[in-house]
Amino acid sequence: MSVLIFADQTEGHIKKASFEVLSYGAALAKQMGTSAEALVLGTVTDDLAALGKYGVAKVHQVANETLNHVDAQLYAKVIAEAVTATGATVLVFSHTQTGKAVSARTAARLKAGIVTGACALPDTSNGFTVKKTVFSGKAFANISISSPIKVISLNLNSFKTVAGEGTAEVVALNVAVDASKIKITAINKIVGEVPLTEADIVVSGGRGLKGPENWGVLLDLAKELHAGTACSRPVGDAHWRPHHEHVGQTGVQIAPNLYIALGISGAIQHLAGVNRSKVIVVINKDPEAPFFKAADYGIVGDLFEVVPKLTEEIKKLHAST
Amino acid sequence: MKILVCVSKTPDTTSKIAFTNGNTKFDEAGVQWIINPYDEWYALVRAIELKEKDPSIVIHLVTVGLADCDPIIRKALALGGDEAIRINTDNSDSYYIAAQIAEVAKKGGYDLILTGKETIDYNGSSIAGMVAELVDAPYVSLATLFELNGTTASITREIEGGEEVAEVSLPVVVSCQKGMAEQRIPNMRGIMAARTKPLQVAEPAAIDALTSILSFELPPAKAGVKLVSPDNVAELVRLLHEEAKAI
Ligand SMILES: Cc1cc2nc3c(=O)[nH]c(=O)nc-3n(C[C@H](O)[C@H](O)[C@H](O)COP(=O)(O)OP(=O)(O)OC[C@H]3O[C@@H](n4cnc5c(N)ncnc54)[C@H](O)[C@@H]3O)c2cc1C
Repeated sequence: MSVLIFADQTEGHIKKASFEVLSYGAALAKQMGTSAEALVLGTVTDDLAALGKYGVAKVHQVANETLNHVDAQLYAKVIAEAVTATGATVLVFSHTQTGKAVSARTAARLKAGIVTGACALPDTSNGFTVKKTVFSGKAFANISISSPIKVISLNLNSFKTVAGEGTAEVVALNVAVDASKIKITAINKIVGEVPLTEADIVVSGGRGLKGPENWGVLLDLAKELHAGTACSRPVGDAHWRPHHEHVGQTGVQIAPNLYIALGISGAIQHLAGVNRSKVIVVINKDPEAPFFKAADYGIVGDLFEVVPKLTEEIKKLHAST
Repeated sequence: MKILVCVSKTPDTTSKIAFTNGNTKFDEAGVQWIINPYDEWYALVRAIELKEKDPSIVIHLVTVGLADCDPIIRKALALGGDEAIRINTDNSDSYYIAAQIAEVAKKGGYDLILTGKETIDYNGSSIAGMVAELVDAPYVSLATLFELNGTTASITREIEGGEEVAEVSLPVVVSCQKGMAEQRIPNMRGIMAARTKPLQVAEPAAIDALTSILSFELPPAKAGVKLVSPDNVAELVRLLHEEAKAI
């Protein structure tokens, strides 16, 4: 009755989001008085024994190259077999693109209840209750899972990654892997940008920037902060910025440590995508802009004057530290 | 060629989120109900676009919910669905719902099953993957483009840090998001036609629910914004560095 944590990899490296979910799974195993084990699919170059520092005793690996690409159908079958082989009673994913593709499918295969978008450790004092975000971050629900096997998919940036000492035992798991029915014809990675859902800091622009030609001020600030860049929906719709930058209820949902909103009014649908950010800074010339109600820090002013100054001040800070 | 589009009723995006019955029930007072935007704007409209190119395509809609879902189903029919099936239950467990849809899918013999990437109320993003597993079909999640070439589909989907383009033989289950299609408004002719389109109500199959909602909570209110003068940007940087420890 262990906790099995799916540690996602890409191009041979374990993803950053996996360290968070390993820490979460290890804490959960401790709370349940059982052991935490990780599952890695595909071939990797990283040292898997090192995952022990996040609290897992064992790392099971199905080192089959077919699994270097995520096909939910194959993954669900392999992960479900790993659950059976290891006797795990709790299976944990990170709620990333891969987690969204695979976790629910695996749960259905195992006939296991699932809570996706979990944001805290389950309450295991009386049953098994998981807290998750609902209504696009505007509320939480406490959901009880009654099936013998439980599946959780953890929201990004909702648990503190804890790295300690320790090495894990790496065990090869032999599971038959079917041929994929999906033929990948192209993979287009966005290069030179911090992926939005993984960014610690996000700088985001709205209609207040007036046009795509004015994005320089925002990009300069983002560059100085090594931040990801985002935008409001009208900005994406007008093709001032690429679609994948659109955050909000109908775009990407993010939860960075710091979200800086420039010239965005803070409509409820926009807030739904960013309200889980730890710290929110709003720069808007309208003191009545609704975004100020959801912000931690704000400047009422013209962004074209304020933002270059902000970039300069941050440069000074970086130079002095 | 038959397409099944899964649609769900959700509160309008501007709805006030509050709870009643000792925080166990969503407060529906004054709430406007809409078709979940991902189901409508992306899954359904893309299906309609495919039908416009090939009028032999038949679009069925399925929703799992009580009679209060009928208005949104009529709207989906007005946009362009041909027939609808409503499974009459208000159970909220994702496995239970997916298993009901899978029953419909198995009987209907669909070439393509489309859903939105998630609903904007429960944010589960689970149904499509579960249905795919239960009908044993390939699953493509978070799709942004979908083209049909005879019996295969070319699908672009979001992956971490980019996108992946793939070809897959039908049948396939696809969860849809921005990029697939653009929002449409139903026209008068569609609205009139929708009144007489078949809406079948079926009782749920016997399936075990595996989860249940115990309670809801609202997040603690923010402490309030600290405003800094535009002439003192250095102070904002100091606060972010020293107080918030965010930079
Ligand atoms: C169903 C539905 C779903 C939606 N989903 C989303 C979503 O996912 N994401 C999203 O973002 N929106 C979404 N919207 C749209 C949302 O309601 C707002 O219309 C949108 O967020 C507004 O974008 P904005 O803040 O960039 O523009 P505006 O509302 O026009 O705000 C521009 C702001 O810039 C400020 N400004 C102007 N000039 C300056 C200057 N020089 N310096 C400083 N500030 C300045 C103004 O004071 C204003 O507050 C959705 C709407 C609906 C109905």
